[in-house]
Amino acid sequence: MHPAPSVIIFTVLSGLGFGLLTYLGLGAINPTGLAAFGFFTLAYGLAVGGLLASTLHLGNPKKALLAFTQWRTSWLSREAWLSVLALVLMGFYALGAIFFGTHMRLLGALGAALSIATVLSTSMIYAQLKTVPRWNQWPTPLLFLVFALSGGAILAAQPYIAFILLLITGIVLLLHWLNGDGRFAATGSTMETATGLGHIGKVRLLEPPHTGTNYLMKEMVYVVGRKHALRLRLIALSLAVVLPALILLAFPSSHFAIVVAILSHLVGAFAARWLFFAEAEHVVGLYYGKR
Amino acid sequence: MTQPALDLSPLVSDEIRRTTCYMCACRCGIDVHLKDGKVRYVEGNRDHPVNRGVLCAKGSAGIMQHLAPSRLRAPLRRTGPRGSGEFQEISWDEALTLATSWLKPLRDTAPEKLAFFTGRDQSQSFTGYWAQAYGTPNYAAHGGFCSVNMAAAGIYTMGGAFWEFGQPDWDRTKLFMIFGVAEDHDSNPIKMGLGKLKKRGARVIGVNPVRSGYNAIADDWVAITPGTDGLFILALVHELMKAGKIDLDYLARWTNAPVLIDCDPKSPRHGLLLRDEAGKDLVIDTRTGKPTAFDRKGVRPDLGGKLRARGITHVTVFQRMAERYLSPDYSPEAIAERTGIPAEKTRRIAAELADVAFNRAIEIEREWTDFRGETHKTMTGRPVSFHAMRGISAHSNGFQTARALHMLQILLGAVETPGGFRFKPPYPKPATAHPRPHSNVTPGKPLDGPHLGYPQGPDDLCLTPDGQPARIDKAFTWENPMSAHGLMHMVISNAHAGDPYRIDTLLLYMANMSWNSSMNTGGVIDMLTDTDESGDYLIPRIIYSDAYSSEMVAYADLILPDTTYLERHDCISLLDRPICEADAAADAIRWPVVDPDRPGHPGVRGFQSVLCDLGHRLGLPGFVADDGSPKFKDYADYIVNHQRRPGIGPLMGWRGENADSHGRGAPNPDQLDRYIENGGFAIAHIPEDAQFMKPWNKAYQDWAVGIGLYDAPQPYIFQLYVEPLRRFQLAAEGHGHRQPPEHLRERIKVTLDPLPIWYPALEDGHADPVEFPVHALTQRPMAMYHSWGGQNAWLRQIHGHNPLYVPTDIWKANQFSDGDWAKVTSPHGTITVPVAYMAALNPNTVWTWNAIGKRKGTWALDQDAPEATRGFLLNHLIHELLPARGDGLRWSNSDPVTGQAAWFDLRVKIEKVPAPTQSHPVLPPIASPVGQGGARVIPKATP
Amino acid sequence: MTQLPTHTDKKLGLVIDLDICVGCHACVVACKGWNDQGYGAPLSDQDPYGSNPAGTFLNRVHSYEITQENGPAQVVHFPKSCLHCDDAPCVTVCPTGASYKRSEDGIVLVNEDACIGCGLCAWACPYGAREMDQAAGIMKKCTLCVDRIYNENLPEIDREPACVRTCPTGARAFGDLSDPDSAVSRSVAERGGFDLMPELGTKPINQYLPPRAKGLGQDIDVLAPLLDIQPEPTGIVGWLDKLLGKP
Ligand SMILES: Nc1nc2c(c(=O)[nH]1)N[C@H]1C(S)=C(S)[C@@H](COP(=O)(O)OP(=O)(O)OC[C@H]3O[C@@H](n4cnc5c(=O)[nH]c(N)nc54)[C@H](O)[C@@H]3O)O[C@H]1N2
Ligand SMILES: Nc1nc2c(c(=O)[nH]1)N[C@H]1C(S)=C(S)[C@@H](COP(=O)(O)OP(=O)(O)OC[C@H]3O[C@@H](n4cnc5c(=O)[nH]c(N)nc54)[C@H](O)[C@@H]3O)O[C@H]1N2
Ligand code: SF4
Ligand code: SF4
Ligand code: SF4
Ligand code: SF4
Ligand code: SF4
Ligand SMILES: [Mo]
Repeated sequence: MHPAPSVIIFTVLSGLGFGLLTYLGLGAINPTGLAAFGFFTLAYGLAVGGLLASTLHLGNPKKALLAFTQWRTSWLSREAWLSVLALVLMGFYALGAIFFGTHMRLLGALGAALSIATVLSTSMIYAQLKTVPRWNQWPTPLLFLVFALSGGAILAAQPYIAFILLLITGIVLLLHWLNGDGRFAATGSTMETATGLGHIGKVRLLEPPHTGTNYLMKEMVYVVGRKHALRLRLIALSLAVVLPALILLAFPSSHFAIVVAILSHLVGAFAARWLFFAEAEHVVGLYYGKR
Repeated sequence: MTQPALDLSPLVSDEIRRTTCYMCACRCGIDVHLKDGKVRYVEGNRDHPVNRGVLCAKGSAGIMQHLAPSRLRAPLRRTGPRGSGEFQEISWDEALTLATSWLKPLRDTAPEKLAFFTGRDQSQSFTGYWAQAYGTPNYAAHGGFCSVNMAAAGIYTMGGAFWEFGQPDWDRTKLFMIFGVAEDHDSNPIKMGLGKLKKRGARVIGVNPVRSGYNAIADDWVAITPGTDGLFILALVHELMKAGKIDLDYLARWTNAPVLIDCDPKSPRHGLLLRDEAGKDLVIDTRTGKPTAFDRKGVRPDLGGKLRARGITHVTVFQRMAERYLSPDYSPEAIAERTGIPAEKTRRIAAELADVAFNRAIEIEREWTDFRGETHKTMTGRPVSFHAMRGISAHSNGFQTARALHMLQILLGAVETPGGFRFKPPYPKPATAHPRPHSNVTPGKPLDGPHLGYPQGPDDLCLTPDGQPARIDKAFTWENPMSAHGLMHMVISNAHAGDPYRIDTLLLYMANMSWNSSMNTGGVIDMLTDTDESGDYLIPRIIYSDAYSSEMVAYADLILPDTTYLERHDCISLLDRPICEADAAADAIRWPVVDPDRPGHPGVRGFQSVLCDLGHRLGLPGFVADDGSPKFKDYADYIVNHQRRPGIGPLMGWRGENADSHGRGAPNPDQLDRYIENGGFAIAHIPEDAQFMKPWNKAYQDWAVGIGLYDAPQPYIFQLYVEPLRRFQLAAEGHGHRQPPEHLRERIKVTLDPLPIWYPALEDGHADPVEFPVHALTQRPMAMYHSWGGQNAWLRQIHGHNPLYVPTDIWKANQFSDGDWAKVTSPHGTITVPVAYMAALNPNTVWTWNAIGKRKGTWALDQDAPEATRGFLLNHLIHELLPARGDGLRWSNSDPVTGQAAWFDLRVKIEKVPAPTQSHPVLPPIASPVGQGGARVIPKATP
Repeated sequence: MTQLPTHTDKKLGLVIDLDICVGCHACVVACKGWNDQGYGAPLSDQDPYGSNPAGTFLNRVHSYEITQENGPAQVVHFPKSCLHCDDAPCVTVCPTGASYKRSEDGIVLVNEDACIGCGLCAWACPYGAREMDQAAGIMKKCTLCVDRIYNENLPEIDREPACVRTCPTGARAFGDLSDPDSAVSRSVAERGGFDLMPELGTKPINQYLPPRAKGLGQDIDVLAPLLDIQPEPTGIVGWLDKLLGKP
């Protein structure tokens, strides 16, 4: 799949933002006043910024509000609702914390739950797609969740929680990769099933339908070299997980360490998310002889 | 939310105008939908006899052709050097004055110094008429480099050939074999026909080195080695004859198989047919055992007849055929290695043919009377049919191969019988009923007759009194005596060499001669720009009519810009290449469904109308009225009012005082309106009893006379033995007053055999087959028409560049992988091109799509368009002359009988090279006279 | 609307005969032409005369080569447009309701007024049947020519999809696949029509008819030689006599 910057930024940043909101809502930290303002600005900046980035991906954003209508079937629609609910609820919670120094526990818990639900529904946009076997696996929601929670934990200055979650993130990431590598084959989709011509013999593409390119090929038939992918996996794992985890363990109470850790994590998360898209193969590639 | 309400019945258009497609030469009927006066949508005309509503990809993309930014907009006069593309727009009056000032003095002194050659236009009876009136012998259309082998072999053998001359009986045939066809001219009819066959469960066998397109859907595929079809066909003949599975009755009655041959080796008539005093072919009548004229009432010709006279036994054509084709040289085993076809396969196909023709014959109840006066209750059908095109004809043995195929059809009794091959009016028409070529020039006067025709022997050659070629293309000379369509591919190279003489002006129409329609493209470009010592171009003047900014435009001195096909009158005439069906005569028109509109520029004019104007300015007979005014206001006027013979004009429909007769009749001023009302065409159905056995069927002959195809019945028998060929052989053996040059004698003796033979492609004797082991071919893409499809915004997305397809063994041997490039070398040149793998390919063959590559700067495309950077032309590797041999002569790369360009004889070697940045050769860009294309042009119509 | 209808009155769709399709792209361009001026936004082209031309097409023809153990490689031309799946994943993912399946005939459509161009439906379609128009930013797909098949401004005979009307070989047929007696259903039954990627459970309406088996025909024993032809002269003469029934 085409690793479009807008969707990478969207999923990474909004995940981080909602992750931070989760900690805030759950009361893992309870800032008030200016500190609260700082934390909530950061969380909202990330969450809303990410959501806005996602609209860059839209061909026709004028009608974006219609995206709220199909919550009964569409994960994207659900995400839209959940994110707005989470942001609104947490907004009241934030107002309380900033201006009144109070933390409305119930509201916070609800907001945290909605934040997690938002992240999960984002992940389900991808995980639901049978056409992209690497996404269509149970570790996908988990992956989005642990990324949101570990990143959120770092931002919420929870070094020990973050450390543990980062380890889990590493495991989930590995799991997602390794499981993902076999997913396409496991679906059983091949050029033979795609064309229904397998009874004759081995099928290959002789001529594509056009010598130029098209939307489908740009969007869904993105091929990333194996070597390149391996290198990026190492980078993603080191920067998103190993390095921040070690930093947090070594300097649990240093603010500077947290900044370095989050930056490293973010770069790693972007790399991991880039790979999440770039490595994902859409079954339509079969029709183009690309897999 | 509920389902949105849809407008299920939107108005499709304000108006439909019905005309004829010209995205290719198939001439389908189209419904052009107009909205707000603009062309919005094009679909097939359901009533049209050619396409019955269907349309191919090109046809549907016509709107993008009509709106292409590459359209020319004004007459152009060259300002930069030839090939630069630098022009100045001039007015029409300037352009025509200039052309007249060039052409008039020539006509008065040496009309042969004008050479007028046209491409795939469909007004050859008109352009030929003009050239004849001008008086130059140098006129032809493009048939010589296209498929004259197919046409000439068909006409000499059976009085008609495939495509526009005839078609398989799609409704009845049970076994169809298709040789060397990727698309052909009758694109839609062949597809419609194949669809019909497949739905009926009829069997299709494809013979082609490449298994794509039609061959992909064929039930069986013969992966033949290029250039060897003749051998394969003769092996089928061998098998069928050996088993006696041939239609003896048919051969005896309708062909010259029973005709006696002069077998006296000492006679100057040796090998010619025996005739009676009235000049009729002689056969032995089985009832009397006596020699008799073949067409006598009640005669039963004896295929095995013999005539002993003065110690010589004269035998029949059939006996000679048996002697030749029963030879073990033509056994399936003997031909297996050369053709690449296992003996078992050849034998099985022969058996299938025999089985269908004889065990599954059909009989239809149609009483008919033959030319001998005998009435038959039924018609027996042999439901096998064949079609072939350039795969067999574009070889230097193509004439004889096509002859072999026609012989096979005839042996099976499958021509003009139900289920077999059927002629379309004005065919059948034997070679003898066609004109013979004319080339006698008188300055200031018309030529002594039509330029092109079917020579019957050395007397008909176009030679000057001192034996030199009379025509610039050397058509109808000893090099290729039966070059019925001329040799357009030799014009530029001969004119450049001044051999046989120098010309002054080259007038070209609709032919991209500096690019894909020439062999040796780079060489031709040099010839067009080459100068003498004084710096003058060796071909002093070039006038060209194109509608688009093609490669050729840059090489002309004066451009007469044509309209697009939706903006002009055209006439698809029975005098020329009509749209007839086996059951009907039909012709059609094009008319301006929209006006040509080139805002801000002097505009464009239909080329034929321009010729009418020029004809008047030059004072050509036939173009000047009695009072000195132009005889024809424009081409539309000519179409309606010109008469070739009294009552016979370009269009057959709605003639006569009452505008009610199809065929003969006085001109009708409303004729074009009648055509437009009828959807752009006219059709006259052949009565049921006249629909088959046409060459011999009285009812058909009478119908044809009635409608004006000919003036008297002209029944004839098929020429399995083509006597005119023998006449040339006799000359080569030393008989007669016109003698070939020494160096051609042997070749004429071998190749102009009156019975079909096979000999290896001439290139094999010149290029070393060991050094150049691979055959290199092109195929037409169904969705692209030569160079002119490439300017089409929709079609170029489908075919924007063309890889060279390479078969398994060569792919492996070179360790190719996807994305690789190869250097491809012929004895003549080298190109470097991208390769792609294809397994369904003859193991010694590589191929690519034809004419996708473009010159930078042309067709209003960007200079880095894929067509110009990855696309390529195979033509750079093909020379119009064969590689030099020891004899110091450069032989033409053409069929020795007809002069057909042997595109597909090409042999190459291939090696992997590092990928260059673009395909080679890279030619310098041309300045575009119309700018670059830019963004999409069609705005959406208001709903 | 992104809920799929529980039932559709008809299942209109196409049946494509891979035994007949010659890969001519006629259906591709007819579709482009019709839809460029009909339903919804025109089908735009990007860089149409430039170095990287691309555009929106609702129907495309691929060509595949199939190699086999015994026998030569085969080529199959393969047209593909929206299959109007019964269980259309493209519909349920749509956040706006723009994508929907019509309950009366099962046609899957995009309501362009509601489409935000998120591209999710194209991701959800296994077949590459949806293309986002780069100029309009709206998802385009085969409409099964819904603006032709019921169009009262067209003569009855023309109320069929543009691609079907134009196909020169007749490889495309249009009809109701829920009616077992329709011509399309019967051809599917007779010829063993199949689904593309059945493993994905989309239940396509459009069906493909497989290419018929290829190769040599039956071994027919009709070519027994009349005589074993020996070299000249008696062989040919004997053959001729026998052939012509002469004693
Ligand atoms: N390698 C290789 N080369 C081949 C062949 C092959 O098989 N292989 N085939 C050969 C054969 S058979 C042929 S017929 C030739 C074809 O070669 P050409 O006849 O040269 O074919 P086109 O490229 O179609 O070029 C015709 C010209 O006509 C112009 N034209 C188009 N429409 C109009 C119009 O309405 N009016 C006017 N005045 N001009 C118009 C086009 O712009 C173009 O410049 O190619 C030959 N070249
Ligand atoms: N779409 C489209 N239609 C066209 C044209 C076009 O450019 N585009 N051009 C028109 C013109 S001008 C012409 S002349 C006709 C030509 O129509 P075709 O004759 O169909 O033209 P080609 O594409 O040259 O096809 C030649 C075929 O012969 C095969 N072949 C080559 N050598 C041999 C051989 O030795 N034996 C056998 N058996 N096969 C062989 C090639 O693989 C190829 O399939 O098409 C006309 N129709
Ligand atoms: S075959 Fe196609 S391009 Fe040729 S005339 Fe017919 S519709 Fe037009
Ligand atoms: S129009 Fe018909 S034959 Fe041509 S590609 Fe489409 S389905 Fe195949
Ligand atoms: S083919 Fe694709 S776009 Fe069409 S209904 Fe099925 S899933 Fe949806
Ligand atoms: S692109 Fe349009 S139709 Fe497709 S899912 Fe998004 S809103 Fe729905
Ligand atoms: S049914 Fe209509 S929209 Fe669909 S592919 Fe055919 S022509 Fe295109
Ligand atoms: Mo041609």
